[in-house]
Amino acid sequence: MQADLLQEARRQAEICNACRYCEGYCSVFPALHAERAFSDGDLTQLANLCHNCRGCYYACQYTAPHEFDLNLPRALAEVRQDSWEDFAFPRAGARAFQKSGVMIALATVLGFALMFWAARTLGSVGGEGFYAVLSHNAMVAIFLPAFVFPMLSIAISLRRYWRAVGAGPLRLAHLRTALVSAARMKNLSGGHGDGCNFEDEDRFSSARRLAHQAVMYGFLLCFASTSTATVMHYALAMPAPYPLWSLPKLLGLSGGVMMTLGCIEMIRLKRRADPALGAASALGGEIGFVGLLGFVGLSGLVLYALGQTALMPLLLALHLGAVLAFFLLTPFTKMAHGFYRLAALVVDAGR
Amino acid sequence: MTPDIVVIGGGNAALCAAMTAAEQGAQVLILETAPKPYRGGNSRHTRNFRCMHHGPLGPLVDSYTEEEYLADLMKVTGGKTDVALARLAIRSSEECLPWMQDHGVRFQPSLSGTLSLARTNAFFLGGGKSLVNAYYRTAERLGVQVAYEAAVTHLELEDDRIAWVDYTQNGESRRLTPKAVIVASGGFQADTDWLARAWGPAARNFLIRGTPYNRGVVLADLLEQGVAQVGDPTQCHAVAIDGRAPKFDGGIVTRLDCVPFSIVVNKDAQRFHDEGEDVWPKRYAIWGRLVAAQPDQVGYVIIDAKSLNLFMPSVFPPIKADTLEDLAKAMGLPEDKLAKTVATFNAACGDTSNFHPTELDGVATTGLAIPKTNWARPITEPPFYGYSLRTGVTFTYLGLKVDERAQCAIGNRPVSNLWAAGETMAGSILGQGYLAGFGMTIGTVFGRIAGKEAAAHAS
Repeated sequence: MQADLLQEARRQAEICNACRYCEGYCSVFPALHAERAFSDGDLTQLANLCHNCRGCYYACQYTAPHEFDLNLPRALAEVRQDSWEDFAFPRAGARAFQKSGVMIALATVLGFALMFWAARTLGSVGGEGFYAVLSHNAMVAIFLPAFVFPMLSIAISLRRYWRAVGAGPLRLAHLRTALVSAARMKNLSGGHGDGCNFEDEDRFSSARRLAHQAVMYGFLLCFASTSTATVMHYALAMPAPYPLWSLPKLLGLSGGVMMTLGCIEMIRLKRRADPALGAASALGGEIGFVGLLGFVGLSGLVLYALGQTALMPLLLALHLGAVLAFFLLTPFTKMAHGFYRLAALVVDAGR
Repeated sequence: MTPDIVVIGGGNAALCAAMTAAEQGAQVLILETAPKPYRGGNSRHTRNFRCMHHGPLGPLVDSYTEEEYLADLMKVTGGKTDVALARLAIRSSEECLPWMQDHGVRFQPSLSGTLSLARTNAFFLGGGKSLVNAYYRTAERLGVQVAYEAAVTHLELEDDRIAWVDYTQNGESRRLTPKAVIVASGGFQADTDWLARAWGPAARNFLIRGTPYNRGVVLADLLEQGVAQVGDPTQCHAVAIDGRAPKFDGGIVTRLDCVPFSIVVNKDAQRFHDEGEDVWPKRYAIWGRLVAAQPDQVGYVIIDAKSLNLFMPSVFPPIKADTLEDLAKAMGLPEDKLAKTVATFNAACGDTSNFHPTELDGVATTGLAIPKTNWARPITEPPFYGYSLRTGVTFTYLGLKVDERAQCAIGNRPVSNLWAAGETMAGSILGQGYLAGFGMTIGTVFGRIAGKEAAAHAS
């Protein structure tokens, strides 16, 4: 990891530790106050515990122009970003995405879409509905490895993280605490329930918390939709297409709407927020990722709406291209933050 | 447009006054000398509000009665208190807390246990700057105008009223003729020349813990025109802080809590006071004065390895050395003299088995001219650590005398359209000493009174 980023985070953490006014904002400060000296691992853990709510920045009496020049959200964002690149497997993927996320996301989606389109045009297929475009077996053959690879990659990354922060054995109770915290976005409540200081200087607002919840739960609903459909296909011999009042459709539709709207709002908030309070170099990658996720949701919804028209094969190719791109890029995009954040919350619960 | 009321200053008291007046329908303009990032005066650095209460209130537990609060105040001021005004401040504090919450202040649930003040003091979530931010948001919503970098230069006193207010902004001189004026612009501690006139040349070596903008310009201007003054002009409240702190604005992090576990020497490596005299906060307050009386106004704290983790982490790392000689060298102290002072001290230490870091443990030296009466353990375990100490000024006592309506006076008559709130009139209540969180109490109570009275006058 980059020594200068760690050194700057350490300098700031030591000042915070002598002040302690921010104690109540989030989990970072009680964790910080428990130390007197900060190892690289301590700083990595603090950085991944930070949700970049910025409450501490706007409350801080030592931000620039004060000579102490504190900007803890930024210092931790930079360490965090750097740690993800460091833990990523393979490492080169992460660095590339941080640098040019939008371009990579765009190129991947289009590339895969083209591939699906070509597969459809070249191969002869005999299925119904979507499967007329791409057979079910072909979809599985493509998506199963595309799902297994990121999971493996992230497992390796999390193991690296776990070792770097010096965490003990994983306990169920700590995992439960962390999941509850993530489910409620406790660390974005500002310690008083009024939310965070993300998009409008020191005004507290729940916008980011709500948008993030919409994306997270929307994604989980979509994931549940696909899982349900898989079970129905294999276990219950009920292949697609499914009617509107079926579980996969209901989950997928509600999830898709939440995810799409959530991503639009997240991008709007990110564009309003002060870039100097985050890792500025990662902003492009973040917008690229949220855009990709939003496009997965949106293309799915459009595909559903226009599934009976001549546009269907094109839309299906685009949607599948986006989903494939999303999964394959997961270990290198902001999507990975969910796994690291959860790990950090688990480690914190065990503190 | 000329506002009805001009509020001079931009800290807690000024904001409480401005919000209260605006809620009564007055057009209010705040003239804040500081640029926006530094707005809020010393309130930026505060942390809590001392509050009377009957039973649990907001984050406060148990109860804290008027008599107990007043007794605490009398203890620190040695009786130099206007009891009527003090009772007014104390009694009003209880209704202030919900008012503060209604105006956007968020309090912190008592979490840390580092300070045993959960009963008497309500802590702001995020500290004083978050309180200031919340108040500016609320004030703006109430229609209060704010001018930053607006330095008031003169208030023209005609007979018994302020005729106009002169200030500069963006290099231009401007004049306003409001119906009423509220002064809430703090003390004069950031004017080193004034401090030196009051305290003597030693004051030039003092560090100012708070805002560099409290230069007492308005205070001096009004006193020169005969507005009644209060408080000892030659005194300031000072504590001992880390000698490496910035000249201005170091705030809370410059504190050092290591003195009870140390010996403190001057630049000649001589001890000069009982380091084990008392616990925080009394000890904290006396050492500012003690260090101010030493050559070059510096002191040096010496501890050893076994004491390093007994106090709050410090903002600057201690100077560290494997031997006392090396530590003396690193700190610029005479090596042989420091060795001798430490040896003499160590020899005077006795049984340390009752050592208890958080209470007066009676572990004392014997036979020293300057004893250490608690926590006296020999300094023997390397590595050795040192901090330098300097005098850090918190505030000055000289101010404007006010009555219970926060109104200023000239001779025996009130100035009909002039009110004062906060540090600028705190001397009306606080003759000497200090009680944690009481500055915010005075500012909130008298800010609200001043705002209400000025608005009634202006309407």
